[in-house]
Amino acid sequence: MSPAPRTAIGIDLGSRLTKIVRVEGGRIADALVFDTGHDPLARLPAMLKGLQADAVVATGYGRHLVKGSLPCSAVTEIRACARAARQLAPEAESVIDVGGQDTKAIEVGPRGFGRFEMNDRCAAGTGRFLEVMAAALGYRLEDFGAEALLADRPVQVTSMCTVFAESEVVSLIAKGEGRRRIALGLHVATARRVAAMASRVRLGRRTLFVGGVARNPCMVAALRDELPCDLAAPERPELAVALGAALIGLEEPAAH
Amino acid sequence: MSGCDTLLAELGLNMERHGELVENLGRTYREKVLSQPDRPASMAYFDSAIHELHGDRIREIFEARAAGRKMIGTFCIYVPEEIVFAAGAIPVALCGGTAWSIPYAEQTFPREICPLVKSTLGLAFSDTCPFAPLEDLAVGETTCDAKKKTWDILGGDGFHVLHLPHKKTDAARRLWLREVRAFAGRVEHLTGVRITARSLGQAARLMNRKRRLLGRLAGFQRSAAPPISGTDALVVMQVALVDEPQRFCGAVARLLEELRRRVRQGVTVARPGAKRVLLAGCPAVAGNYKVHHVIESSGALVVANESCTGSRYFEHPVDARRRTRGGLLAAIADRYFRIDCSCFTPNDERVRSVVRMARRAKADAVVQYVLQYCHTYNMEAVRIAEALQRAGLPSLTIGTDYADQDTGQIRTRVEALIEGLRS
Repeated sequence: MSPAPRTAIGIDLGSRLTKIVRVEGGRIADALVFDTGHDPLARLPAMLKGLQADAVVATGYGRHLVKGSLPCSAVTEIRACARAARQLAPEAESVIDVGGQDTKAIEVGPRGFGRFEMNDRCAAGTGRFLEVMAAALGYRLEDFGAEALLADRPVQVTSMCTVFAESEVVSLIAKGEGRRRIALGLHVATARRVAAMASRVRLGRRTLFVGGVARNPCMVAALRDELPCDLAAPERPELAVALGAALIGLEEPAAH
Repeated sequence: MSGCDTLLAELGLNMERHGELVENLGRTYREKVLSQPDRPASMAYFDSAIHELHGDRIREIFEARAAGRKMIGTFCIYVPEEIVFAAGAIPVALCGGTAWSIPYAEQTFPREICPLVKSTLGLAFSDTCPFAPLEDLAVGETTCDAKKKTWDILGGDGFHVLHLPHKKTDAARRLWLREVRAFAGRVEHLTGVRITARSLGQAARLMNRKRRLLGRLAGFQRSAAPPISGTDALVVMQVALVDEPQRFCGAVARLLEELRRRVRQGVTVARPGAKRVLLAGCPAVAGNYKVHHVIESSGALVVANESCTGSRYFEHPVDARRRTRGGLLAAIADRYFRIDCSCFTPNDERVRSVVRMARRAKADAVVQYVLQYCHTYNMEAVRIAEALQRAGLPSLTIGTDYADQDTGQIRTRVEALIEGLRS
């Protein structure tokens, strides 16, 4: 038996961004985020250079790609997310993960995870939707949430299809609606969509909100309003899935 | 394609498109079926039957028709094959399982119908279905809305629609029996062959033999260390719907013999620790291996299949001991009315049957397969998921069409289901 690993790397190859987390003794020691781009494997070795660890675990939609290119094990982002939740909010009974392309809701507990739901092939209620809308309104993505929070009230947005919503936004601007109000309306509509999907699982008393979209303060506030339970929002929510993968690496040397 | 191109061209097929279709089907089959490790050698017959569906099988039917037999196209397992065989006619299931033909349907028909119906219509309207020109009668049925309206479009003199009622009452049974009798009359009229107690009894015994053999195959599939994959068992089912039944039975018997040998020698397709999955719901007809492939290439094994290309096709024999034509037609009507299609309301029998099958197959989890826009299986999946949860069985519902674009997401969900069983 080799000794239990003390350090592990989690690689979350997502649709928009790749996240790398190295944990040492259960804490994040290093974290890297870069554009996944069209050839993510090409950049991976350079990014991993200088990072030493006893175990490597890949996750995210590109997990099998990573596993095929370097010695590591692969777990789904659903399992990694659930593992991260136990670390970030042990009292949470569910996790909502909104990423660039996927939205997931997962029941979690001390023994792992239970039922889960995922969006189908549609960008509604994902980071991609907000990204397109921010661009349509002329905001930088990183300012989009903060600007929306400055609105006095939301304008109702009825389309959740990324393509239709974009033209709805254009016509709202043409009608002279304020940009911030439209922005808030888009956040509320997205939060409703996420909450409706998340309600298909048992959310419990407290849910944890992770994924890149959880960096958006307006999404955190809007989702808090829409959900019937408490909502915990960790720091660096975009790293949660990579963190979960790294933690699994610490626990499962055999999976390597 | 074994030199049948001349025949196919004579039948009026668009050969350029047909070539594309065949290439597409071949690629799918190589990637999802032939790529599996440790396949039984006797699967060669079924691989060839799928490969020759637009080749030797067409020639065979062409020659049978030249000798005076009739071909009857079907789109559903509610069509009593006994009646077709009793009149010396040849039934062939014509449902489409390929994404390739769907754009041809979407040129004219709404996109919001199930891929099976769209694929079927697409094959018909792209002039690539070699069975269409050989068909003497097509038989539809009233299982779902998209199909009912399909018959209105494809229909005409060469079309017969069986009215399948959607409640399991005595009145519904009487209506169904009348429909079965009327179908026998229509087939007699078409073929000029009188269906007798003798010919019906023979056909029922032949079909029962086929059902028994497929039931035994399912027995191997759900054994502790299965000697055959769920994907290969599906291929056998797909061939069952289109092949000459005597020859098919012989090939299944040989396969079962090999499986018996494999079990004796301890040969299994299950990797150590592989999780066992019951797949329940919609059919996967020839060309469609999508969900089977995702599950089995994720390290799990499909140990049972509750679908029209699974248990619904071979469960319940016809009572072939009846001695009169009327008695046999009644027995046939009874047997087909026991198929638990989700078009029925209420349909408690199917909910119970899925739970029972999962337990019998010692499944670790159930995956419900719903073809996109198939409302009745989609809605029924909710009740079945609840019943499975009460029974302590984890489950997942996958709603999808024939295209491969969502395979990554389906894989994530299936792998997570499997991970959840371990943790």
